[in-house]
Amino acid sequence: MHVRGLRTVVLRLAPWLCVVLLWYAVRLSGFVNDALIPAPQQVAARFIDLLLHHGLLYDIFASARRVFAGVTLGIAVAVPIGFLIGWYRPARIFADPLINFFRALPPIALIPLVIVYFGVDEVAKLVILFYAAFFSGVIVMYEGVSQITPLYIRVAQTLGASELETFLKVIIPLTVPHILTALRVSLGVTWATLVASELIAAQRGLGATIQNASTYFLLDVIYVGIICIGCVALIMDTLLRRLSAWLLVWQDRAVG
Amino acid sequence: MTGGPGARRARFDQVSLGFDTPGGRLTVIDDVSYDIDEGEFIAVIGPSGCGKTTMMNMLAGFQKPTSGRVLFDGVPVVGPGPERGVIFQEYGVFPWLTVRDNIAFGLRLKANRVPAAERDEICAHYLALMGLTEFANAYPKHLSGGMRQRLAIARAYAVRPRFLLMDEPFGALDAQTRIHMQTLLLRVLAAERKTVMLITHSVEEAVFMASRIVVVTARPARIKEIVEVPFAYPRTEQLREGREFAELRARVGRLVMDEYTAPLAPTPSFVPAD
Repeated sequence: MHVRGLRTVVLRLAPWLCVVLLWYAVRLSGFVNDALIPAPQQVAARFIDLLLHHGLLYDIFASARRVFAGVTLGIAVAVPIGFLIGWYRPARIFADPLINFFRALPPIALIPLVIVYFGVDEVAKLVILFYAAFFSGVIVMYEGVSQITPLYIRVAQTLGASELETFLKVIIPLTVPHILTALRVSLGVTWATLVASELIAAQRGLGATIQNASTYFLLDVIYVGIICIGCVALIMDTLLRRLSAWLLVWQDRAVG
Repeated sequence: MTGGPGARRARFDQVSLGFDTPGGRLTVIDDVSYDIDEGEFIAVIGPSGCGKTTMMNMLAGFQKPTSGRVLFDGVPVVGPGPERGVIFQEYGVFPWLTVRDNIAFGLRLKANRVPAAERDEICAHYLALMGLTEFANAYPKHLSGGMRQRLAIARAYAVRPRFLLMDEPFGALDAQTRIHMQTLLLRVLAAERKTVMLITHSVEEAVFMASRIVVVTARPARIKEIVEVPFAYPRTEQLREGREFAELRARVGRLVMDEYTAPLAPTPSFVPAD
């Protein structure tokens, strides 16, 4: 048990160690101009500097808050709509082309229009993130719901369940896994869209930090920003996975 | 709620079912009539794809005949209901509920709600009867196929249906578990009498369990013969070893095998799910 635990820790840390080693290797190889690749220790120093003197924590908070709001709103709308489309065939025939049309548009391409219609404030950023969260979530939701087998519904009916009871006691539990998957997928997509949304005249936020740094060619700041985005996304995803594992303890999973 | 033993429970009255397909009209069930009386154990047997599951689905309330009537207690069946318990071939055990909560599921519904104390009692009773007490708080993912089927039976029993419909309930089990389950089910039935309709493709199972066997022809399904099974209940494993059992099994087996060799009605473009 103890040995296995240790092994897990080593396995978890190993890829990060590899990345850092590779980073040093590229720098030391001499193939790339040193000025173009800040050393890891340089980035670490910059990280501490930003944290202590430039309010990096607030940037992280500002970005996380935007992503959180975008995902919350997007999923809140995607769940009922994805459910309807997955459940009722006519709704699917009606909505499928629309959803696939809009899903194919990259949120960045919409930025000019969003600025025209929503200005450059928080609302505009929220619209972009909502867009990203909604369309990634709704697809997962309706694909999942449309694959629910009628068997459990029939079983409930033969036991005497009314339509409402069937919905509450069978369909909802069967939907929960798909809601959680939709959450995870849309969280990933929304983080990926964050930098784009902060292209719209953002003062604070990780995306804004990267934007501003690129103006002054501050490569180490860009690195810090990128690493922070990755880390926060990783933490959020881990929390969601913990939540899933707890809610879906009944599921038969190949991986423990 | 009419009648005691011998009263008519269910009736197939000139039931037919057909589909229009691109290849023309496809008849699945053709003018089938038979009665199921209170306390009977009817097995419906026939070649696979012959429409025997469809018959069960009609009585369960999942499917309507294109002509004729399916009656339960003298009233046409319009939908599923808790007085007709169904055991599905794929078990249909709810994976998100523990074993105990699966059994309690029906008892928490408005249609058969009972006080919590009584619910606990009923759950405990069926947990014990089906040998699942140790697994009461486990999720179905930890159960074997045979245990899942026992759970499905316990859950169906818990709401006290008067009629049990079983669609090849032991089809997915290995031979030993299957025999064990047949004996177990007969024992439970002896304790709590129900009227049963069993859909099966196993001649052995039909002869061992049923009081009457409805042999159905290959598509379209017609009644080929209704065979009385003379063995008294309770039946035990020894029954399988007797000569009479072997003779009856051979006779029913021949009836069924004939249908496999008989030419099918010409409807190559469409085969219904059995």
